[in-house]
Amino acid sequence: MADVHLRINGVDRRLEVEPRVSLLDALRERLGLTGTKKGCDQGACGACTVLADGERVLSCLALAVQYEGREITTIEGVADPIQRAFVRHDGFQCGYCTSGQICSALGMLAEHAAGAPSAVTEGLAAAEIELTEAEIRERMSGNLCRCGAYNGIVAAIQETQETRVAERDVPTLVEGRR
Amino acid sequence: MTTYVGEAVDRVDGTAKTTGGARFSAEYPYPDLAHAALVHATVARGRITRLDTTAAEAVPGVIAVLTHRNAPPLKPAPRVTPLNLATLASGTSVNYLNTDEVHWNGQPVAVVVAESPEAAQEAAHLVEVAYAHLPATVDFAAAEPDAKPQKSNLIMSGGAVKGDPEAALAAAPVALDLRYTTPPHHHNAIEPHATTAHWADGRLTLHDGAQNIYWTRDHLAMRFGIPKDDIRVLSPFVGGAFGGKTMVWPGTILAAMAAKATGRPVRLMLTREGVYRTVGGRTPSTQRVAVGADESGRMTALIHTSVTLTGRVGGGPEQVTSQTRHLYDAAAIRVQQNLVELDVLSNTVMRAPGESIGTFALEATVDELAYRLGVDPIELRARNEPARNPMDGKAFAHRKLRECFEQGAKEFGWAGRNPEPRSTRDGRWLVGTGVAAAYHPSWQFPANVTVRLSADGTALVRCGFHEMGMGGATAQAQIAADALGLPVEAVTVEYGDTRLPTGPGAGGSAQTASVAAALVAACEKLTRLARALARRTPGAAGASYPEILRLAGRDSIEARVGSDTRLGTAVGQLRFAGKLMSDRRRWVKAACGAQFCEVRVDADTGEVRVTRWLGVFDVGRVINAKTAASQLRGGIVMGIGMALAEETLVDPRTGRIMNASLSEYHVPVHADVPAIEIRYLDDPDPTMPLGLIGVGEVSITGVAGAIANAVFHATGRRIRDLPITLDKLL
Ligand code: FES
Ligand code: FES
Repeated sequence: MADVHLRINGVDRRLEVEPRVSLLDALRERLGLTGTKKGCDQGACGACTVLADGERVLSCLALAVQYEGREITTIEGVADPIQRAFVRHDGFQCGYCTSGQICSALGMLAEHAAGAPSAVTEGLAAAEIELTEAEIRERMSGNLCRCGAYNGIVAAIQETQETRVAERDVPTLVEGRR
Repeated sequence: MTTYVGEAVDRVDGTAKTTGGARFSAEYPYPDLAHAALVHATVARGRITRLDTTAAEAVPGVIAVLTHRNAPPLKPAPRVTPLNLATLASGTSVNYLNTDEVHWNGQPVAVVVAESPEAAQEAAHLVEVAYAHLPATVDFAAAEPDAKPQKSNLIMSGGAVKGDPEAALAAAPVALDLRYTTPPHHHNAIEPHATTAHWADGRLTLHDGAQNIYWTRDHLAMRFGIPKDDIRVLSPFVGGAFGGKTMVWPGTILAAMAAKATGRPVRLMLTREGVYRTVGGRTPSTQRVAVGADESGRMTALIHTSVTLTGRVGGGPEQVTSQTRHLYDAAAIRVQQNLVELDVLSNTVMRAPGESIGTFALEATVDELAYRLGVDPIELRARNEPARNPMDGKAFAHRKLRECFEQGAKEFGWAGRNPEPRSTRDGRWLVGTGVAAAYHPSWQFPANVTVRLSADGTALVRCGFHEMGMGGATAQAQIAADALGLPVEAVTVEYGDTRLPTGPGAGGSAQTASVAAALVAACEKLTRLARALARRTPGAAGASYPEILRLAGRDSIEARVGSDTRLGTAVGQLRFAGKLMSDRRRWVKAACGAQFCEVRVDADTGEVRVTRWLGVFDVGRVINAKTAASQLRGGIVMGIGMALAEETLVDPRTGRIMNASLSEYHVPVHADVPAIEIRYLDDPDPTMPLGLIGVGEVSITGVAGAIANAVFHATGRRIRDLPITLDKLL
């Protein structure tokens, strides 16, 4: 048994787990945070995506003990306009991939904001990479949705990005943000 | 007065699903919960000769290892009888852990129960089993020539003939006789099948992702020999299903068995591999489509035959030739479905079983005929559009297929198309466009509903239906809100619990229509009650329904439709079956549509990308513009997977699925899916409740056909074997 300390959704949590316990199972089975989903347990579907210090990770491929002292954000700790955007654009049907899509999208937007290119980025030297539909699709391709809500997910992410850009450019709007 | 029906109302469970609040069946906490894992047989057919569980039992935290030697008895799977539809629900006929025989490669032969999921998994790997092999037939391609004609039953006919199609084909000035193959497919709902089972005082509570909670309940009652009222199945959220959660598969039964044997609440969440090993998928098929036409393009002969498989332990025919009875007005028609029985896991229903793959072969053939004749494929379809059902002259309840093609052609810009194959190139991409018809029969099942209206202006709708993503609760809330004159937020819909009035299963694209019919009737009863109350209540004339209650001093009034008593159910089922049969005698009922797409094929690598999609559908009245469009899109996405990537690979020697994972079975990802434009005619079908025809399945039909046709237009190559992978285009 290992003693692990994680900061999850802003709360310090200690848990005793075997070293083989995945971060995903630690969240779901030990901490009751079942918002993070298990779709394959093999790193192939993205349903288990969470944010570790703001970066997206597949929690089924991560061991809880590896994340000692790290800041983990799960869907239960997300409070972002992107969630409303998913509802508005119907970016899900059954909802099982949704937690992963949302966490992944937030991590992806941060990667993009930090200037990370993707496999479809054309001008790598450009100061700012435009987050086109093709860019979003490429960057989100690790998150499967068998219900096929991809169009709605892309629209929700685009809207979120547009709002963020607008708010960045017009500082007064920031106060109105929910 | 309609306010909500037809509108793009946000899903009522949208917040739950975007905040992690929606609980799926593996997510119910129980103190003392134990975890189970399955051990799968590794031979196609055989007998267990040696079983060593010592190492598994020695793993710390293991509570029990159940095998056929020590598992509690289970009653055999019931014989199918039309008097009890739940007898149809057996995933297989095998009596799990009550036999030393193995009937398919992957059958569960042991269940480990442990204090943690990790210990259960570890111990499952340590169970040693040896087998005596028995001869097994597992290779579909090898067995396919020996297929036998499918016998007709009440709901599906195996074959039919009009005129002398073979003679007409031989005499036709233009004729094609083509062979197609499609591989097995798996649903791959992102939520793996999961069950949490809890026994208390001989009663079972089961959280189980299911498409028919009543079938699950009744089936378990038969297997465990207890009254069905002693079982409660809860399934408020299902993480995708697509047919794969209709039958009762081994995991559900074994979770309940493990909980019974250990006296602990038990959770069994299948691994992704476990889903492939223990839940059936779509049959592979071989198909022959032959068509003869005169020079004007009028079809004189149309023949469609198929071979599909069933497992020796279960499964059934899939209606691969169904659409061919209805789509084209050929003078002579023959359809015939044939079956082979193999020593593999049962096939099962998967989104548009039959039509999804049948429309591929038929619509690709029609396109090929159009090219042979030098006629535009849409024009060819128009020339063969029947006024009445081609097979028997029955009337169509609703048929707006031509309108779908016309509207689609206009919006897609079909008119400007250069029909010449390989005529459009954009850099390294060969560009092509294709069309195909979509077709899926519509159904309606009985449903019991109660509606309660309260003086505080809220309403409660209760019906044990299912939510796997279709947005059923939202649609029913809209219907009730309109009927009762309430804001949609004031309506609560309860579903997914066998304690509720018996709802329909989620299948055949029928659930929304089935519940809607009962809900509309219940709301009418309720408003009649309210109006009667108003007449007796001073000052209530012209008041809203909740105001009437307030003025009359009533807290609430309730109406119910259907009867859940034993007699009531029997009478209700008979009356329903009677109406269904008379409906079927009078009309052919279906949803249909026109699929338009553009593909780009890499001239060097043969890689196919879908770059544009437009689907125009005739699905009657649409209740929710947002969720219906999403569901239609979802079917197209799955169809894109079927056309270009999806294939379950089965080892022809051992019957073992070789790509039992999401990394080797390729479902479409974000990058594979373009913007999909959806249109629907929104023209109510007068023979359906509220005029609505189901939207769940029609949109997967025709997709693979449209893509294959577009690939031909782009490359000049006809690929008749799915999936259209790049190796086939080189
Ligand atoms: S559950 Fe982690 S990627 Fe599928
Ligand atoms: S919403 Fe069902 S898998 Fe994405």
